[in-house]
Order: sequence, then C-alpha cells, then structure tokens
Amino acid sequence: MSDLKKIKDEYLNKLDSDLNIESVNQIKTELFGKNGQISNSFKSLGSLPTDERKKFASDLNSIKDELQDKINSKLQEIETQEINSKLENEKVDVTLPEREFSRGKIHPVSQVIDEISSIFSEIGFSIEEGPDIENEHYNFTALNTPDNHPARDMHDTFYLDNNKELLLRTHTSPVQVRTMLNGKPPFKIIAPGRTYRSDSDQTHSPMFHQVEGLHIDKDINMGHLKGCLNYFIKSFFEVDKIKMRFRPSHFPFTEPSAEVDIGYEIKDGKIVIGEGDKWLEILGCGMVHPNVLKNVKVNPDKYQGYAFGIGIDRLGMLKYGISDLRAFFETDYRWLNHFGFDPLDVPSNYRGLSR
Amino acid sequence: MKFTISWLKEHLDTQKKDNELIEKLTDIGLEVESFENVSSGLDSFKVAKIINTEQHPNADRLRICDVDIGLDNIVKVVCGAQNAKKDLLTIYAGPGSIIPKNNMKLSVSKIRGVTSYGMLCSESELNLSNESEGITELTASKYSDKIGKNFFKSNTEKVVDLSITPNRPDCLGVRGIARDLAAAGVGKLKKISLKNKKKIRSQKIKVSITKDKNQGCTVFGSCLIEGVTNKESPQWLKEKIISLGQKPISAIVDITNYVMFDLNRPLHAYDADKIDKEIIVRNSKKNEIFEALDNKEYKLDNDMCVISDKSGVLGLGGIIGGTRSGTEIKTKNILLESAYFIPRSIRKTSKLLNIDTDAKFRFERGIDPQSIKLGLSKAAELISEICGGKISNFDIQQTDKHENNKIKFNISLFEKITGFKVNDNEIIKILTDLGFEVSKKKLEFDLKIPTWRPDITQPIDIVEEIVRIKGYENIETLQPEKTKIKDTLNAQQKLFHFLQRSVASKGYFETVTWSFTDSKINKIFKENLKEIKIINPISSDLDVLRNSIFTNLTFYLKKNLDRGFKDISLFEIGPIFKGSKPGEQLTVVGAIKSGKISRLNWNEKDRIVDVFDAKKDVIQTLVEAGYDRQSFFVRDKSPSYYHPGKSGSVYLDKDEIDPVAYFGEIHPNILKKLDIKTEGLVGFEIYMDYLSENKTKLKDLKANFEYSDYQKSERDFAFVVDKSVRAQDLIEIISSIDKNLIRSIKIFDVYEGENIPQDKKSIALNVTIQSSEKTLEESDLEKINKLIISTVETKSGAKIRS
Repeated sequence: MSDLKKIKDEYLNKLDSDLNIESVNQIKTELFGKNGQISNSFKSLGSLPTDERKKFASDLNSIKDELQDKINSKLQEIETQEINSKLENEKVDVTLPEREFSRGKIHPVSQVIDEISSIFSEIGFSIEEGPDIENEHYNFTALNTPDNHPARDMHDTFYLDNNKELLLRTHTSPVQVRTMLNGKPPFKIIAPGRTYRSDSDQTHSPMFHQVEGLHIDKDINMGHLKGCLNYFIKSFFEVDKIKMRFRPSHFPFTEPSAEVDIGYEIKDGKIVIGEGDKWLEILGCGMVHPNVLKNVKVNPDKYQGYAFGIGIDRLGMLKYGISDLRAFFETDYRWLNHFGFDPLDVPSNYRGLSR
Repeated sequence: MKFTISWLKEHLDTQKKDNELIEKLTDIGLEVESFENVSSGLDSFKVAKIINTEQHPNADRLRICDVDIGLDNIVKVVCGAQNAKKDLLTIYAGPGSIIPKNNMKLSVSKIRGVTSYGMLCSESELNLSNESEGITELTASKYSDKIGKNFFKSNTEKVVDLSITPNRPDCLGVRGIARDLAAAGVGKLKKISLKNKKKIRSQKIKVSITKDKNQGCTVFGSCLIEGVTNKESPQWLKEKIISLGQKPISAIVDITNYVMFDLNRPLHAYDADKIDKEIIVRNSKKNEIFEALDNKEYKLDNDMCVISDKSGVLGLGGIIGGTRSGTEIKTKNILLESAYFIPRSIRKTSKLLNIDTDAKFRFERGIDPQSIKLGLSKAAELISEICGGKISNFDIQQTDKHENNKIKFNISLFEKITGFKVNDNEIIKILTDLGFEVSKKKLEFDLKIPTWRPDITQPIDIVEEIVRIKGYENIETLQPEKTKIKDTLNAQQKLFHFLQRSVASKGYFETVTWSFTDSKINKIFKENLKEIKIINPISSDLDVLRNSIFTNLTFYLKKNLDRGFKDISLFEIGPIFKGSKPGEQLTVVGAIKSGKISRLNWNEKDRIVDVFDAKKDVIQTLVEAGYDRQSFFVRDKSPSYYHPGKSGSVYLDKDEIDPVAYFGEIHPNILKKLDIKTEGLVGFEIYMDYLSENKTKLKDLKANFEYSDYQKSERDFAFVVDKSVRAQDLIEIISSIDKNLIRSIKIFDVYEGENIPQDKKSIALNVTIQSSEKTLEESDLEKINKLIISTVETKSGAKIRS
C-alpha cells in the first residue's frame, strides 16, 4: 500500500509541473502502459491473499481514477493553452473599416406622401390616382372653370396640342372628377401626385406635387372640413397645438372656399410651426361646388362635402427645413443623401410618422 | 388692388384703427398682400459729405472722393465734377438707385480701374433744375446735421394692397371694399354726393351700337364736355394716382383713372374734335389696323368689339383706346364714354391680341352695368370742376336692360353647409348691407342681387356671403370620424411602395425628376414610342414628355459625375408617356449604377459594375415583391440603349408576352454621345403595369409549409456545351427531369479556354437531390445521376466532362 501511495504522490507531483503533451503521454505510458506501474499492480492482484486483495483492489482503483482524471485535466489544460497562444498570434486590427455597405435613400417627396397617406388612412381615407395628362374638360370645365373664366389665368398650363384640349394637369382636382364619375357616393379619398404649371422661379417649379382630398356624403359640412384639416396638420407636424386660421377665398370648384393659414414663428433663423404670431398659407379648400357635383352626376340636393388641395413639396420643406423648392428636382447626390430617408423608415401610425 | 386708408374713408364712416380694418379685410376674404409705404425710389438719395479727395491715378479729370453717408464706414466714389472738394455737402446715390433723369440704375462699377460705390449727383440728374455743371452743392447751415438722411422728404401715406379673387370685380374699386367692410360691421357706407346739375346742352355726337352677331357691347353711355382746359392734376388727385402706383398724366386722364379705381367704373375720354362725325360700336373686320395708346399697332381679326367713327377704328371697346382720338393737353372738347362690355368678348379679344389693361381686367370680370350714369356724373363733374367746360346731357344707347337677377334662398341651406346657425334678422342685415334686396317668405328669402355682383347666381353663393361676413371662426371644429369606406391602398399602389423601398434598400438614392425632358436625350431612349411635344415648354431643353425614365437619370448622373462623384446609384419610380391622351402612361422603376464596386477598399478587390450587378438588383427586387424566382425566364433581347451582348429582359413566366423588366450595361455609344465619363454604367427598368397581381396571397402561401427530413445528397457535374447553349436551358433541362427529387441547381463554374474546344464552354453544376418520402440509397442516386447526364447530353448536345 505504501508503494501505491508513493507512486500516486510522485506522479501527481509530476503532473503539476509544466509539461507538454508528449511528457504527459509519457507519464500515461509509465502508469497505464503494458508494463506501467498501475497496470502491473493490477496484474499482481491475483497473487495476494484473499483478505488483502479486496482492500488492495479498491485502493488501486481509486488511485487509478485519481491519476487518470489528473492526466485528462492536464491534457485539456495544455490544449486550451495551445489554442490561446495560437489565437494570440491571429489578432487583427479591428479598427480597420468594415466591409463596404451601401445605404439607399427615399426622396423626401415620397416620404412625405407616405406620411400624408398614413395620417389620412387613420381617418378612413383611401388613395386614388389619376393620369398626369388630362384633357381640358377634367382639368377645368368639369371643375366649374369654363374657358371664359379669368380663374384659368391663375393656372399657367402646359398644353400638348394646339387646340388646348390636352394638357398636363395643373392640379390634382381632376382626380375628384374621375373618382366621382366612376363610383357612387360616399367618397372619402385623397389623391397625391405630380402637377404642372409653366411657371419657374425661386419659389415655383414647373412640376410640383399636390394632394387632393375629397369627402362627400349626406351631411358633411364645413365643421367636418375644419376638423379633418386640423387633425391632419397636427399629425403631420407632430405637434400638440396648432394655430390655424380659415380665411374666405375663391376657387371655382368649391363654395364656400377657404384658404388655411397656420401660425409660426422664427426661432434661431428657423421656422417653427404651431404657435407664434405670423401666418403661413398652406392650403386651399372648401365645400364642393354644386355645379361640380352635377357635372359628375352626383345629386347636390342629396350629397355634399368638402375638398382640399395641399402642396406636398411645401409641406416637406416646412417640416424638414428645406429652403429651396427647386433642389427637390435637381438630383444633387449630396442633397439626396442629406434630405433622403432610410428605406426602412416607413411612416406608420403605430411606429410614428418620423424618427 | 391698391388704395390708401384715407381714400377708403371717403366711402366708409368708421372709427376703427388701421390695423383693425386690415385684419377685417382678410377675415372677409379680401386678402391683404401688404400694408406699407410705397417706395417712390427716391429714398435712396442721401445727404452726404465729401471728407477727402485724391487724384484718380489713371485719369486727369477724375477724382476719388471719400464720402461720409452717415454709416460707420466711408464710401469711395469716383467723380468727374470740378466742384467735388473736401467738406462739400452734396447728394449721394448708392448702388441700386435709379437716376430720375435717365432712369439709369446704378451698380458698383470700376471706372478706369478704380471701384466706385455709387455716385454724387448733379441737380439736373435729379430733375431739380437744369444745372448739369458739377454736383449739387447743399448749404451747410441747412444740411450739416442731416448727413445720411434722405434728401427727398416722403410724405406718402401707407398703401393697402389687396389680392382680389377673380369672382369679386366689385372690389376692384374702393367703394366696393368699403361696402364689404360696412357689411362686416366696422363702419357705415357713406352716400355718394353728386351735384347732378341740370344739363341743358345736348350730346351732339351720334352714337349707335350695331346689331352684329355676338356684339360685345350692350350699353354705351356718353356725354360731351365742351370748352375744357386740360392741365396738370391738382395735388390731391396726383397723390391718389401715385398711391395706385401710377404716374399722373393730365387732369382728364387722371380723373378717368381715379373714377375707375374709386367706383370700379372704367371710362374713356375721347378728344371730341378728332372724332369723324359719329361713334359706331361694331364688330371689327379682319386686318383692320389701329394704333393703341400703348403706342403699338394692332391688326384686328373678325368680330372684335371696336369703337369706331366714319374713318375707322378708334379703340378696342373696354380694352384700350387709340392714339388717333386720344386727349392731349390742348384738348378742348371731350367725349366721355361709360359702357358695358360682355366679359367673354373682352377675354377673347384681349387673349388674341395679348393686351392687358386695367379696364380689360375689370370688364373681363364683370362691371356693374347699372353704373353707367354714376360714372359719367362723377367724372364729368370732376372735369368741369378742374378743367372747366360745359357738360351735355347723357346719351345712353342700350341693347340689354341688365335688370337685377333674382334667386330664392332656403334659409336651412346655411346651417346644412356650414354646420352652425345665424338668426334670420342677422342674415337679412348682412345681405342688405351687401346691397341685396331681401324679402322674407316663411322659410325662404326672395333675393334681388345687386348688379355689381355677377358672381352670385345660386343659393350656395348666398351661403358663402353670409359665412364670410359672419366669420369663418364661427365654424365648429368637428372631430374626424375614423370609418373607412375601402382599403387605403389597392394592390398596384402597394406594389409601387414596395418596389420603391425595395430598390432603395439596395443602395440606390431615389430621385424625382421632371416628367418632361430634352428631346435630344429622349431620342436616345425613346425606342419606337411617339415623341410627345409640349406646345409651350418652359424652355427649349424641356420640350417633350419623357418616353423613358433613363433620359433624366442619365442627364443627372452626368451632372453628379461632373461634381466629382464616381460610384453613383440612382433610381426613380414614376410615369413615362406612350401617347398624349390621358392614361397613355406607364409607371416605371428605372435605376442606374455607375463606377466600381469596392473602390479603394483595403480588403476587397475593386471591380467595375457589370450586367450581373444590375441583374441581381432587378431579380432580388422582383423576388422581394413576391414573385417566384423559379418561374422567371430571361431572354437576351433588350432595348437598343443597352449593350447588345450584356443585357436581357425578365419575364415572370416563360409564356408571358411582355417582359416585366430589362437590365444590362448601357450601350457604350450612348455614354459617348452623352459625354458620360465613368468606368462602367449599368441599369435596369421594371414596368409596374406589366407585373400581374400575385394570384396566391401570402397568407395562403404561408399555410403551405412542407419540408423533408430525409437526407439530401449533392452531386457535381461538368458539361462541355456549345457556346450558344444558355445556362438557363441547362437548368431547365435538369430541373424538369424529376421535380420531386431535384431540389436545387447551382452553377458554380463557367470555363472557356485551354483543354476546351474553341466553340465550346464548360459549365459546372451542383445538384441537390432529396426525396420527401425516403432516404435515397446509393442505387437511387446512381440512377438519377445517369438520367441527368443522358438527358442533358441528348437535349443540349453536351458532353459530360471526365
């Protein structure tokens, strides 16, 4: 027994020292090899008297287990050390740039259209669209703007034929006409899109964007119009309070008509929408003229409602502090990158309109 | 429409402050554009002092003066006047000033190499006297403490500028504005005071209105004023004319103008002695010529309403008078015209001849036909007061009585439209103040409409009158209801938004460009589409509607390349046009990509963009939009603006007729033609209108979740085929062998060159084989292996590479 103890202590001691894999394997052979000390001890079991054999065998087994565990853990320890020292050599400079990625952008006009659609969707409006090329009838006559009406002069129209029959729509209002002619009331739509006027300077661009709104039902009155626009403006500018002013105005296709101003102030050279004592005109609206309803075969004695038209580009400029309208359409890569939106930024009611 | 508050108060009895009146105007729909002092242009002339002079280095006669103009810094002015010397007080005009004598606008300029900021003025240059020798000398006692102050005193009153909507001709006169304000409760409309002396003399010039077809004149009133002395207007009248932003001319002209702006009653004064016998109001004949007061000669068409005499055309009725019968300072006898012209006729003629005058502007919108006599009285009285002369009786020729229109107004309509109530008496007061005659009959009003309101024709117009005078602030703000009638977006609209964000997410910047473009660039991309010209383009290089999205994209790509960008990815989703009728347009996504991938990257090798970059983006976009990649079919046909060998078209299915997309490298000739300098340019187009709606909805697709847990095996094959054999064909041949077992096919190598015959190529494929019923045994795999090889060999003429 004392021999066994001696062997055990000797080898445990050895295994505690600094060893490589070969020396550990050497030790393994010395103990458990064919002529290993432990193997030999097992062989000697048979020659022991019965009463001693049992005790000896039990001691031997526990020593064997202890040594084997020690050897295994030693081997593992060495392996871990070797991997670690290998990894140490593989170290890279992680401050080097990542692999290239490219990030696209959504144009502010598209983003604002999505914002507007999201807001109006919340209050039950659906989206209609119409062609960019219109005929004189849908763009003017059906909208109670006959040829001899001076209001036509307010629209500098692009024409596609010498008879002035075909033109680029000057507003999104013809979508009202098309929608009502193709359906039955009630109507509750918005119609965003491109519009054109032959007008070009610092604040006008020959192409711009408008969103038309139309709500026709049995008892839609000017109070609903006010409520709808108030809700929209508050939601769009993401403010709790908004100062709004409805001012009488004139459009041939609505009566009574109004222009809507919102309050603003200049803070640190920037426009702040909401409060303030200055007024900014942002849209035109009114109750759809009975003549228009007649023109689209809707009975004005049964149905009534409102319509409005808002400049999309201008809304975007106000909300996102863009100062030059013409830049919207000039495709300057730097401008698109700066004012563009991440494609994952989809405006929605539950995630919020803008980040 | 411009006027001063004091002018307004000639018609309106009010105690209100200016700003209250201004606010009220806006509240009732008469939008105030501005309320400010009219710059006479004379406030840029300052009292100044020369504090030093030195000789101009390059000119003997010029001197450089240091001038104190009352600001912190001294300005340098080059001056040629001999009297320009130190300590002289004089008049300085800064850059931007307009010199009254010659209307020259000053700017900062170099005179013989020395920069001069403005000018020192002589008396003659300022129209102060004829003294042109030297600059103005001001007396020190009067002006030494006024350096920097305006030389000319301005005693102008603030001017209101209203933007009058086209439906309100009545407010193109101060009286109409006063009437609206009175109705809105800020004052009382004053009565017009006229002496209306008895006129004994008769109007001796015969006037007739011919019965021509579409005669544009229905009333022609006139009176003769004999023995006048035309002269400069008195100060009060001059000031009124100036406040309108106009130049006083002579008393007679100023008076007719004044009455027009005061009562919205345009008039015309003829020199009666220049009229050949009589006045005939008739339609013009083609090619009649007349010289108008704007000193232009007009050639007339048939059927324009003209005022003529025996010798020919005197003027275009309601638009402009002629030089032949114009009044002058020496005019002795005047024929004064006050007439009614039909708006449609005025509009037609003025559009054809392209004339715009204050009279035309008013007649086009509708003048009060019952104001003929009022206008004559007011103007004739003023003329005889200022210029003397005897007034004849009024001759009124009339073909239409122009009686007041009448409508019935159901009181309940007001609340139905506006959502709030106003009591009947208040309604009656508002309408009466506006000039309506109201008689109440139970629930209805019988209304006689004032003749100065041609815009009012039906009950809804009455609602507007009441609500605008009562005030829009009385309309309640109702909470919007959330009820939906239909889905917010239809399938096409959803697809639009999906494609838009899908392309952007691949690194492209979205742009929005004009729907029109330069026909020269458009030609390159239009293929066989019709060119659609704009009749009146904004500029000659934006003269057609675009037939392709690429026209503007390539144009702006070039601009950005010129800015120094190299690797550019741009896209636009929007309309292209096939024809000039409504609806002849398609919605297209167009994208272009230039330059290199991984340019200047430390760990990846850069490469020029190629056709497979474009193909990846277009295919991935279509797949993300919900279309099945397995059924896509690619053909090598594409429009001519693509590289003929490196481009293709994508079909949703082999059997589809229209491709949904094109992709490829842009034709090198086009890059040359457009002078686009880049290493490479690729692009793709997706035609949204040809993308059919997915038949199976996502929710149905998701429900079909099937998979196999049996072991899959992979086998590699290399076939040597003719160069003309397309990879797509090989894949189709293999996949159709056994759709149940062959799960996927990948091409992992394409090789041409050594060890392969010249006209051949080697394509290496990896095929994944898996059964959904059992684990395949070696013998099954061997069988399918052999089948793949034999089928490919028979169908494509390929040989398996050993």
